[in-house]
Amino acid sequence: MELFVSGDSKHVSGSGWLFFHATAVFAFLYLPIVVLILYSFNGEGVGGFPPRNLTLDWYRMLLADGAIWDSVLNSLKVALAAMVIALMFGIPAALALERVQFPGKALFRRLVLLPLILPGIITGLSLLMLINVAGAKLSLMTIILGHGTALISVATTEVFAGLQKLDRAQEEASLDLGANYWQTFWRITVPNLKLPIIGAALLIFTLSMDEIAVSFFLIGRDNTLPLEIWGRLRRGITPEINAVSTIIFVFSLVAIVFWYRLRVRGEQTAEADSEIAGAAFESEAA
Amino acid sequence: MFSRTYKAAVTLPPLVWVAAFLLTPYALMFCYSFWSVSATQSVVQTWNFDNYRQLFRVEVYWQTLLRSMWIAARVTIFSLLLGYPLAYFLSFYAGKKKDLLYQLVIIPLWVSYLVRAYAWKTILGSDGVLNTSLQYVHLTKHPLEFLLYSPFAVVLTLTHIYTPFAFLPIYAALEHIPRNLVEASSDLGATPRQTFWKVIFPLSIPGVVAGATFAFVLSLGDFLAPLLLGGPSGIMISNIVVSLFGAAYNWPLGAAISFCMLLLVVSLLFLSERLEKKWSFS
Repeated sequence: MELFVSGDSKHVSGSGWLFFHATAVFAFLYLPIVVLILYSFNGEGVGGFPPRNLTLDWYRMLLADGAIWDSVLNSLKVALAAMVIALMFGIPAALALERVQFPGKALFRRLVLLPLILPGIITGLSLLMLINVAGAKLSLMTIILGHGTALISVATTEVFAGLQKLDRAQEEASLDLGANYWQTFWRITVPNLKLPIIGAALLIFTLSMDEIAVSFFLIGRDNTLPLEIWGRLRRGITPEINAVSTIIFVFSLVAIVFWYRLRVRGEQTAEADSEIAGAAFESEAA
Repeated sequence: MFSRTYKAAVTLPPLVWVAAFLLTPYALMFCYSFWSVSATQSVVQTWNFDNYRQLFRVEVYWQTLLRSMWIAARVTIFSLLLGYPLAYFLSFYAGKKKDLLYQLVIIPLWVSYLVRAYAWKTILGSDGVLNTSLQYVHLTKHPLEFLLYSPFAVVLTLTHIYTPFAFLPIYAALEHIPRNLVEASSDLGATPRQTFWKVIFPLSIPGVVAGATFAFVLSLGDFLAPLLLGGPSGIMISNIVVSLFGAAYNWPLGAAISFCMLLLVVSLLFLSERLEKKWSFS
């Protein structure tokens, strides 16, 4: 019987249900964000409906709050340093995984990627034990070590994916024409991997800015922003936290839009490049 | 085409770094789990299984571990129930809006995890947004107390946080399904329902497995949402570990629990890898 029901009508009714579901999921995903932003302007604090006495006071308070800005600065330092470490070891790790056979490679791959899925508490605690045994002091440096090491996974996955799409002929040509490996790496490999590397860098930066589970155990005297927020949440909640979160959200949105446009442009140039290459190939064949 | 020097130059630095700062710490955690704490609160390096024995003998430890797994399982199920139809809608029905909607699923990930958990706290509290709205429209007279400081609040918040993680691999799997398979199925007389269950869903299973693994593993190890929103009944295993490393000062026992979590996670990853391989069609 079912066979004779017109496929199209079912299609439409099915998609109607799906449309409703999708709308509900988006509402669920965005409700806290909307509430967060809305109540950053609420004169009456973080609860109460409807929001009343709209005000910018919380933003003013935030501007004058030295501890928050110190922690923002600390987070920026940590994120930049973690980005450098993760790229410095993540890019070679991706090259090694794609191009080199060595004993223990499978274990190495699993280990590098593990922090991506392992709950942060395990990575954080195990590093804490190492630091303890080594007799080192907890500081921003230890957080940088933790973030940098854990985020090698992100750099490696992004760059590895980029490498698999890469045409090795260019590198081969460069080597054949007398460039050494170092020159080939900087002039051919890295420029060709520009997009995955920038993407990885942005991702590492934002993940580090938001990271709390690893930092939680490796913190010294100086707080990063999430830990500063955490400390305040335990003492009681004020819309100042909404205000700082709103500002960071806006910055993140700008970063996403920037990255997205960069990628679209990159894809267009890649298309243009392949068209040029195709045209060159055709003219040569002719 | 690559010389030995090149291979050594790209392999050795990450290998050494990873060995020093990932492998050594995990190994050290393993060692710690066999040590003990003396009466003067210093760690004694005598090797025995006491910590593991304690883990199974003391009720609160294994019960909390089981409860954490039950919370993580609920989070996984809800994330899949929310994420799968969403991914299916985007992949098959969203048309030109696909890319935009995809970005819209990702964007909440850019709001700090902590801040979103905190936002749920301001929504669910007894004078929070939800309760005051309900009273405002006269649906309830008194605040609903079960909303906050309960396992419910933890499951809700973690579902909110991990739904995009469940969505992403499912969406990727659906996008990889060749559309001519779907057309062939309907050309051969299958109803959309049959096409979905016999063609689309089986091909998307690797994505479902990956998404479920993400949601389960990440929520299993969470300790901030329970601290913020869980109350006494919403405590999870990581909270116990945190207190063992802090106030309770018993690093070796904490290490033993952490190592069990590590084993659990690694075996789940192994299992999900096997499942994904089994169900992938290429």
